[in-house]
Amino acid sequence: MKLNRRRFLKYAAASSAVATAGALFPGASFGSWQKLKNNSGIISWQKAPCRFCGTGCGVLIGVSDGRAVAVKGDPNCSVNKGLCCMKGYHSVQALYAKDRITTAKIRKNGEMVEVPIKEALDLIADKIKKTMEKHGKDSVAIYGSGQWTIPDGYVASKLFKGCLGTNNVEANARLCMASAVTGFMTSFGIDEPMGCYEDMDHANVFITWGNNMAEMHPVLFSRMLANRKRRNNVTIIDFATRSTRTSQAADKSILFRPQTDLAVANAICYEIIKNDWVNWDFVNEHVSFHKGKTNIGYGTQDHFAFKDKAESIDFEEYKRFLEDYTPEKVEKISGVSAKNIKYMAALYGDPDLKVTSFWCMGMNQHTRGTWINNLVYNIHLLVGKISTPGNSPFSLTGQPSACGTVREVGTLTHKLPHGVVMNEHHRKMAAEIWDVPLENIDPKPTYHTVEMFRALDRGDIKFIWIQVTNPMVTMPNLRRYRDGALKDDRFVVVSDVYPTPTTDVADVILPAAMWVEQEGMFGNSERRTQHFAEIVKPPGEAMSDTWQIIEVARRLGFEKQFPWSQDEYIGKIWEEYRKFHAGPKHEMAPYTVLKKRSGVQWPFVDGKETRWRFNAKYDPACTNGKDFDFYGKKNHRAWIWARPYEPAAEFPDGEYNFWLNTGRVIEHWHTGSMTRRIPVLHNAVPHSYVEINPEDAAELGVVNGEMVKIISRRGEVTMPASIRGRGVPPRGMVFVPFFDESYLINEVTLDAFCPISKQPDYKKCAVRLEKA
Amino acid sequence: MPIFSYLAIPANGAKEMLCADLASLSHCEVIPSDNREVVVLVTDTPDKATEEKLQEKLKQLQTLQSLSLTFGYDDEKIKEKLR
Repeated sequence: MKLNRRRFLKYAAASSAVATAGALFPGASFGSWQKLKNNSGIISWQKAPCRFCGTGCGVLIGVSDGRAVAVKGDPNCSVNKGLCCMKGYHSVQALYAKDRITTAKIRKNGEMVEVPIKEALDLIADKIKKTMEKHGKDSVAIYGSGQWTIPDGYVASKLFKGCLGTNNVEANARLCMASAVTGFMTSFGIDEPMGCYEDMDHANVFITWGNNMAEMHPVLFSRMLANRKRRNNVTIIDFATRSTRTSQAADKSILFRPQTDLAVANAICYEIIKNDWVNWDFVNEHVSFHKGKTNIGYGTQDHFAFKDKAESIDFEEYKRFLEDYTPEKVEKISGVSAKNIKYMAALYGDPDLKVTSFWCMGMNQHTRGTWINNLVYNIHLLVGKISTPGNSPFSLTGQPSACGTVREVGTLTHKLPHGVVMNEHHRKMAAEIWDVPLENIDPKPTYHTVEMFRALDRGDIKFIWIQVTNPMVTMPNLRRYRDGALKDDRFVVVSDVYPTPTTDVADVILPAAMWVEQEGMFGNSERRTQHFAEIVKPPGEAMSDTWQIIEVARRLGFEKQFPWSQDEYIGKIWEEYRKFHAGPKHEMAPYTVLKKRSGVQWPFVDGKETRWRFNAKYDPACTNGKDFDFYGKKNHRAWIWARPYEPAAEFPDGEYNFWLNTGRVIEHWHTGSMTRRIPVLHNAVPHSYVEINPEDAAELGVVNGEMVKIISRRGEVTMPASIRGRGVPPRGMVFVPFFDESYLINEVTLDAFCPISKQPDYKKCAVRLEKA
Repeated sequence: MPIFSYLAIPANGAKEMLCADLASLSHCEVIPSDNREVVVLVTDTPDKATEEKLQEKLKQLQTLQSLSLTFGYDDEKIKEKLR
């Protein structure tokens, strides 16, 4: 069906009427438009999850003449109930920018030359084979993404871990979610949140821990605000290091000094115990107390290694540990008044209030990321406010499938789709399902993300294949890793949809299908798996990342492990992958069910989704005969950890006297490679900037828009100042969004990480400012 | 060759019947709301005479309470302006 002028006018007429209806009848939905028969077919609609954050909003993609032309919220999706944010509404425009990569390219004599994609795939297979022959199996690597579909990550893991025998598989979710994972594993022995978004409809108190939800998870934030408007007993507290739109909308904004959330969380626990707000029935039945190593380092040197050691302690020892964290002592460390610490403790401690804590990058991108996750769980566990509607410590995800593809499929060096490479039982399961010899799967993890790029720089890795991510913008201490990738005997393959600083360092560029140009699944923050069909055709020779990997695997001789045809491979992969999660703790929905619904939550047992885990009323995996069963741990108890406050890896001093904090804005997705090609989003925020406190700006003699040089021990960047913009940092801190490749702020940041999760801290390093 | 779109408000409880009535008319496309008592109507007629006949038929519908124009385009009028 061709979109001629007349059809376009009819589409405009219909859109105008739908928009008017939306204004006159708030909440009006026209979701069943596509089901009408005998209509003109002006536009047809198909469901998909949005790809621009981890919320997992259901969208309906309007297609006309084979082109995605419109987006609306899916009223049948419980996540967003028909609402979208500005990125969601404009998302399909990201498919059609003029410089879309549609053909493969190979570097020949220093120039990128277009070639048929088959030639590029042949070269990739040949390079992998020869590199492994010459330098060993661990000289090749794949680096993927929380924007990989579940099948993308699954075939990557199967090829590299199962067939090639290297654990050099990592994904950019290491940079955004790893501390959440290790937080869950150390506190509960099993990954991903116990609650769900429905908690928002029950909670009386929301505390956002270093989490600008208004910009990062706007649809969920709207749901929180709607609850506050509808019910008269809802309070929102923003606990953060800078003032943001979230602070403006909150009932109370409390600022803390960077890194000192550790101390404040302990002070809250101190207050809860001191005032006897402990839920003893819950604690005695379901909690045990532990401590780990301290002074654990920051990982800034190559080959850094750390292994924590848990020791059991009793409640009295835990109570003594907390004596260092009285509100009065912590006020001096954190800058948070003792009164405000006591206020937050009282909210958590009030048995009549249901409390949900939200966090995302502020707690995860933290050199003690695992610890601060543990400490917020401690608070909820002490008062028994967990795993029940409205009582939820809730770690939000940044990317659409960080949970689905990275955490569930296990696309990290130590992981398998079920369990870890170090566990023989888990390796046996993988070898059997993958139909590979057990010896193929190496029991030793290799490199986490930062160390993987260090290995590329050192030359321990010679070949790396990067898919659906842009590390040459996102790696901290970026210059080292870009220079490393450019070294002579490194071979870099990049699969992407647009040119980026990462394709700039590539030897081969593969044109990738984007989002709804392929069939796939994502997994969102609340354990919801969301299927989408191929709704429009990919341009030129672009193909899905999954199929690219299958093509290379077959060229390497693994036809038996990758036997599927192109018209059925996603369904077949899903059903193979499901075998890893069989059982009530993680059962996934069948392919046929996923295709029908706007997402299905796991564990999906006997046709029923599980909304609250570890609670016997809702979770079929509970078997201990009690009201709660924290079955991830051998002792069936959740673990409270004594974790101290330790300072950041780098902090302001006489020479570098400002904190640098980096992050995102609502208009742009990560490095901006897609959203900067959407005119309305690009025009809204056309370039990055440095937020400076007005008093600091006055001292520097800088006015809004003037250029400022930000200098650290690693590099410098000069960019325009933003004073009294949407975000205002406190004195002594600057904030820079990282979406703009023209201002590579990660040349300034530090590659220190949490020694347990190996997740870097993008929120804290020391810089100085100069008027440019 | 005019193209118009309207918000059609059904008589009380008659949304489904209104959709059926409108869909049975030539040159009409109907998009009902899933959750509100409102229907989007897009008309595309080949000439002025047909348009006038359609307008008459719309006026006679018992299931239609009101019709509000939201978009209008007419080739002929544009041509007249250009002359």
